[in-house]
Amino acid sequence: MSRREPLQVKTSVQGSPLIEEGLEPIPTTSRLRGVAARTEGVANAVFIGPAIVVVLMFAIFPLIVSLYISMSRMSFVAGGIDIKFIGFDNYNKLLFGSQKTHLLGLSSDVPPLGWVLLAGAAGLLGWGLLRYIQAKYFSIGGLIGRGVATVIVLAGVWLLVQTTLQAPGRPGTLSITLIYVFAGITFQYFIGLGLALLLVQKLPGRRFFRVIFLIPMMITPVGVAYMFRMLTDFGKGPFTPIWKGFGLGNVSWVSDPWLARLAVIIGDVWQWTPFMFIVLLAGLEGLPVEPLEAAVVDGANRLQIFRYITWHALLPVSTTLILIRMIEAFKIVDLPNVLTNGGPGTATESLTLHSFIAWRTLDLGGSAAVAYLLLLVVTFLGTAYVNLIRHRAVEAL
Amino acid sequence: MRKRLFAKNYSPFKPSPLAAALSYLALGFWALVVLFPIFWLVVTSFKTPIQVDTGPFYLPYIDFQPTLDSWHYILLGDLQNDTFRNYGNTIVVALTSSIIVLFMGSAAAYALVRFNYQPRYATIGLFIVCVGLSIVAVLNGVPWQLAIVAALVIFFLLWQTIGRRFKAALSNNDIAFWLISQRMLPPIATIIPIYVLFQQVGLLDTQIALIIAYIASNLPIVIWLMRDYFQNVPLELEEGAAIDGASRYRIFTSIVLPLSVPGLVATFLFVLVFAWNEYLLALFLSSAKAQTLPLIVAAQNATRGPQWWYMSVLILIMIIPVIIMAIALERFIARGLLVGAVKG
Repeated sequence: MSRREPLQVKTSVQGSPLIEEGLEPIPTTSRLRGVAARTEGVANAVFIGPAIVVVLMFAIFPLIVSLYISMSRMSFVAGGIDIKFIGFDNYNKLLFGSQKTHLLGLSSDVPPLGWVLLAGAAGLLGWGLLRYIQAKYFSIGGLIGRGVATVIVLAGVWLLVQTTLQAPGRPGTLSITLIYVFAGITFQYFIGLGLALLLVQKLPGRRFFRVIFLIPMMITPVGVAYMFRMLTDFGKGPFTPIWKGFGLGNVSWVSDPWLARLAVIIGDVWQWTPFMFIVLLAGLEGLPVEPLEAAVVDGANRLQIFRYITWHALLPVSTTLILIRMIEAFKIVDLPNVLTNGGPGTATESLTLHSFIAWRTLDLGGSAAVAYLLLLVVTFLGTAYVNLIRHRAVEAL
Repeated sequence: MRKRLFAKNYSPFKPSPLAAALSYLALGFWALVVLFPIFWLVVTSFKTPIQVDTGPFYLPYIDFQPTLDSWHYILLGDLQNDTFRNYGNTIVVALTSSIIVLFMGSAAAYALVRFNYQPRYATIGLFIVCVGLSIVAVLNGVPWQLAIVAALVIFFLLWQTIGRRFKAALSNNDIAFWLISQRMLPPIATIIPIYVLFQQVGLLDTQIALIIAYIASNLPIVIWLMRDYFQNVPLELEEGAAIDGASRYRIFTSIVLPLSVPGLVATFLFVLVFAWNEYLLALFLSSAKAQTLPLIVAAQNATRGPQWWYMSVLILIMIIPVIIMAIALERFIARGLLVGAVKG
């Protein structure tokens, strides 16, 4: 309220002698002024109205309808649609029924490495919970939220170690999407940070590198997918002599599941590292210099400076960047669809592609159900990330 | 901190010659990683199908004879009509949607910074209930015009009676968070109803459908980035203009927007690139007339296998304008994104 009041008082000066004397510095045509004056009272609605309407019509409304579609059997018939409510059958099919191996994958015995990873994740999360219980800002609600989040994350890790580590196991589209997101973001962030740290130095010609490094972000993902399909072609791609030198002439990237997934991840990293790089570089250039100078005077070396000053100062930017990339990365579809057609089999299918393929085979209810599951995963991870990691990092500053 | 955004001397170390050499090595390596795929694209676009199929050739004139066949086919030959139709569609759709969304999003972002909104929980709840009711009614055979009118009437009645009794309300930050978090929505989760909606009103495969879809999907970005810019516009300037009798709209268009040009440029470029490159929504909403460039690129993967030579040409003509723009506006991009990223 405080910000609005001074303006309101002063706008009521309109039509006072001051203006009639012709002192108004910004002349407008009279008709426009009339409209403006008449709608001035509802200006707040005029400004935000269109955005709200668009979001309601093209996000919220479709979301509600989508929920209904995901619980029904729907088909296109002449002159319209035929829709029949069937409750949770579509979800049932995906989570426990005929589509289970497609979405969740095929599980196998968990090798020792899997148990180690699981124990590691459990230990880490348990330690986090323990620290929270001892912390000053402890609350029962917070504990419940963190407990639920811990259980869900552990279930995700359990799914991953069950399906990805040993031969009969096969990751489903959910695991594959998670792999894309986490592998992609890890590489993008660290490569981007490394490049930003290199380019913040006083090197001649750094503007050239900045501009070059920006380019991949601007290229359409479909184009990136085809470029990498050309490059990873073992027969006619540019690296063929190298593969042959290693005796790999007969292996094909797109027919081996893990190589195909790697190709998708490489394409994604190539395209989105620039985003991390450009923002981190701008962040580095915006940091205050005084702490650094003080540290140099005190005899800190480069590693110490990075560890104790730069890294901390970059945390808020870093966490936001990772959040943005996480949100966008979950929507990945162009790369796997064009690069590998989701194949071999369903080895590179992301959740969005899974949903799209269901749509193409006219299983509209199933398609909507997959999309809703994706929405649940994104919302859960996004919310957990914002509440548990990002707020802390931003407040710590 | 803001003021130092482009201080040039963050790193107090001038790298030693050895460190500089190593840095250049690493930077050069990444530059190679970035440029080689693009180089290969260019080279491939000058090859004949046979040259592509018989193995890798790297340098034109040295190990193969370049030809303009593919360029000719795409720009002047059989594919000419498709290429120019899709190119035109992409330009119209991307530019129109970006301009509209930039204006719409900026207005909303400005409103969220300068006005106070207090939507009540009760109103929102009632609204959602009415929307849900009308959807169920339509799906059960009630004509949609009737359902909308009925829902609106019920909403206003309940709003004016029950709704007024509950005072609990949301704040500006809640609205902003709600609008921005729409970016989290996977488009696949909303596209089926939108497809059906456009089908019913006969907008499928038109530029308008794509423009609307891109406005909806880019709106959160604009609001998120521009909100921080507007927070930095000095309030005194606006107050001064208000004293002089300028209306809200006048203040917005003559003072706030011109002061935020760097942010507007960065945001515009960002949403333009998103719309220019978008694939999934275009795949759903356009089939022939309104197809955009990514679709024609993907379509070159025909029954005879991917036609690398045509694809390369198409990808090149598609990315050249965006890359030129990006290089020209590189400084704006970094700054624009950073301001959003720091404040979240």
